[in-house]
Amino acid sequence: MRFRHLLASVALGVAALAATGAKAVEIEYWQYVFDTRVKAMNQLIAKFQEANPDIKVKQTTFPYADYQTKVAAAILAGQGPDVVQLFYGWTDNFIAGKMIRPLRAEAFPAADIERDFFPIISAMKRGNDYYGLPTAVRSLALFYNKKAFKDAGLDPNNPPKNLDELVAAAEKTTKRDASGNIVSAGLTLDMAGQDHQWWREVLVRQYGGVPYTDNDTKVAYNDEAGLKALTFYTDLQKKHKVGQVGFMDEGQAAFRAGLAAMTIDGTFRLGSFNTIKGFEWGVTELPANAQGVRSNYASYFANAITTKADGEKLAAAEKFLTYVSSPEAMKIWMDVVGELPARRAAALTPENTAHPIYGPFLKGLEYSRTTLFKDEAAQRQVAIDMANRVLIGGEDPKASLAKAAEAEQAIIDRAKR
Amino acid sequence: MATIAQREAAPGGLWSRMSLGQKQVMWAWGFLAVPLIFYAVIRFWPTFQAFYLSVTDWTITRPASFVGLENYKRLLADPLFWQVFRNTFMYLILGTPISLGISFVVAYYLDRVRFMHAFIRALYFLPFLTTAAAMAWVWRWFYQPVPIGVINDFLASFGIPQQPFLRSTTQALPAVLAPAVWAGLGFQIIIFLAGLRAIPVTYYEAARIDGLSEGAILRKITLPLLKPTLVFLVVFSSIGFLRIFDQVYNINSNDPGGPLNSTKPLVLMIYQTAFSSYEMGYAAAQTVVLFMILLVISLVQLRIMRDR
Repeated sequence: MRFRHLLASVALGVAALAATGAKAVEIEYWQYVFDTRVKAMNQLIAKFQEANPDIKVKQTTFPYADYQTKVAAAILAGQGPDVVQLFYGWTDNFIAGKMIRPLRAEAFPAADIERDFFPIISAMKRGNDYYGLPTAVRSLALFYNKKAFKDAGLDPNNPPKNLDELVAAAEKTTKRDASGNIVSAGLTLDMAGQDHQWWREVLVRQYGGVPYTDNDTKVAYNDEAGLKALTFYTDLQKKHKVGQVGFMDEGQAAFRAGLAAMTIDGTFRLGSFNTIKGFEWGVTELPANAQGVRSNYASYFANAITTKADGEKLAAAEKFLTYVSSPEAMKIWMDVVGELPARRAAALTPENTAHPIYGPFLKGLEYSRTTLFKDEAAQRQVAIDMANRVLIGGEDPKASLAKAAEAEQAIIDRAKR
Repeated sequence: MATIAQREAAPGGLWSRMSLGQKQVMWAWGFLAVPLIFYAVIRFWPTFQAFYLSVTDWTITRPASFVGLENYKRLLADPLFWQVFRNTFMYLILGTPISLGISFVVAYYLDRVRFMHAFIRALYFLPFLTTAAAMAWVWRWFYQPVPIGVINDFLASFGIPQQPFLRSTTQALPAVLAPAVWAGLGFQIIIFLAGLRAIPVTYYEAARIDGLSEGAILRKITLPLLKPTLVFLVVFSSIGFLRIFDQVYNINSNDPGGPLNSTKPLVLMIYQTAFSSYEMGYAAAQTVVLFMILLVISLVQLRIMRDR
């Protein structure tokens, strides 16, 4: 008797569960594990579910390594996310693999997107369609160690504004031992970090060139401007001796340890640098050239709707995407993760632009560029090797530049096939 | 119920008509089938799959289409492949003799040590237990320039100019190899010790009575009788050095295989082609080449060192 009761109650329970399950649409959201990003997304999901009780969002996170492989394998197997986070540079791959679908123009009108977001959003556009929207964007700036500036007799509230001042400040803040070895660098040199972006989108342009033409499918830096940009960069180590590739292993490590006075890095480094206890640091815009020309490199992770989502899940996914790219979500994301809002109105508030840390990054966004990478890792490697050939191999910058241009063009051409 | 059904089915069944011997064979195969199927599905199937993939242009996201020997042609024309090929053989040519030489010397003398023998042996074995990734990171910091690199700090304190180590195209490969050799020593020493212990003591006694020198004993008795151990270790360590990956990847993770590809082994090139550039077909072709190299080297070594 008792058993039968138990059975009945279990059956009832299952039925009840099934009923509620049928009422709420469950969609899956995937992003990589990064503590603050996961935390921010949890907050966004909680708020979204509160406003949309009929939708449940399940967040799945996984390590960054092999990101594309995992997402591709899952979606092609009919599993995986309905909404997925992807780096803007992977868009071509994801579209080619039929992993993400274009945003429906009725739900996300292109005119609205172009009006509200920073221009770098164009990296998500193919033909007339947008394939995803970011919550936050990242740009570069010059971090400087105020203590090192003071010790070297520089004004800690007046960081370098142009390239000449940058070199001068780096020379003053570099410390060497008796044999001339650098024990504290003026400026970090780390092509594997953000320097390759600085070289490509900033220095090349400041010397009057362009890194690419034809929608970033033709390498264009193998000219006088590219040579000047490369020589400027390699001279920092060879001529001015204010930094050294590999010093303290990584540029950011050197800065964190207080053994580099300046480093160029992105908003994503703020979380790490915020925990520095030993000294006070500041942020300023990337230095302009002598004519006042500035440039910056911006990038972002966008959220896209996968081909797996359809029917009511598609509708739920669209609602969710709308929410995570809303001004409210951007505010939360900025507070928790420290990344800049992707919408102009949300980003360029008087409070934000006057912010001592966010301000310089936001100013950079106004004139920033986004490289349409075909294979980011391989293209970065080209820049690393280009600098190494000059710095380690003692090769002529001109020859090294030509080799880099050829190697990068080959990578781009292969991806186009 | 179940037992009744079985009894009823039994008289006419195939099973009952088998002899006891046949049944035993069936049982044996039944048990053997589990590892065999596992091995076939986990090992052999992917291997054949790799051969197939190597003649396609699969990129994970785009469906595979047959391209013939295109990937192999590209590989042969790729200067990076030849550089990586040279590096891989440098790891082998330097790594195997050096590690075997050191481990034999250590084992030869450790065999005579009675004082704290087990403890010393354990100390030598310890690095073998350490994760390659963790070890590579520790050595990565050893090799740093001043002010944090231990080795360069030491050199600088004697007024010797600091060395670039991992930042040099000539020093980087030996610098990466050193921790790999060091980590493998423990295992090789243990195997050598076992080999040395297996040589009957009577041979040595007879040799000493006959007045043979220590050097002659080593050449005429120890080394010849150690040959099976040596063959095993040469093959084993050669395959290990040809497949080197963790140490290289972790000691320079910002520029894996760098600088300027001077430390990149074939396995790392395969990894980057497959999981960074997603050119699965091309990566599969590289894998097939690595497979062939490993096969040929193992066969050649076994033949050369085989007892005649």
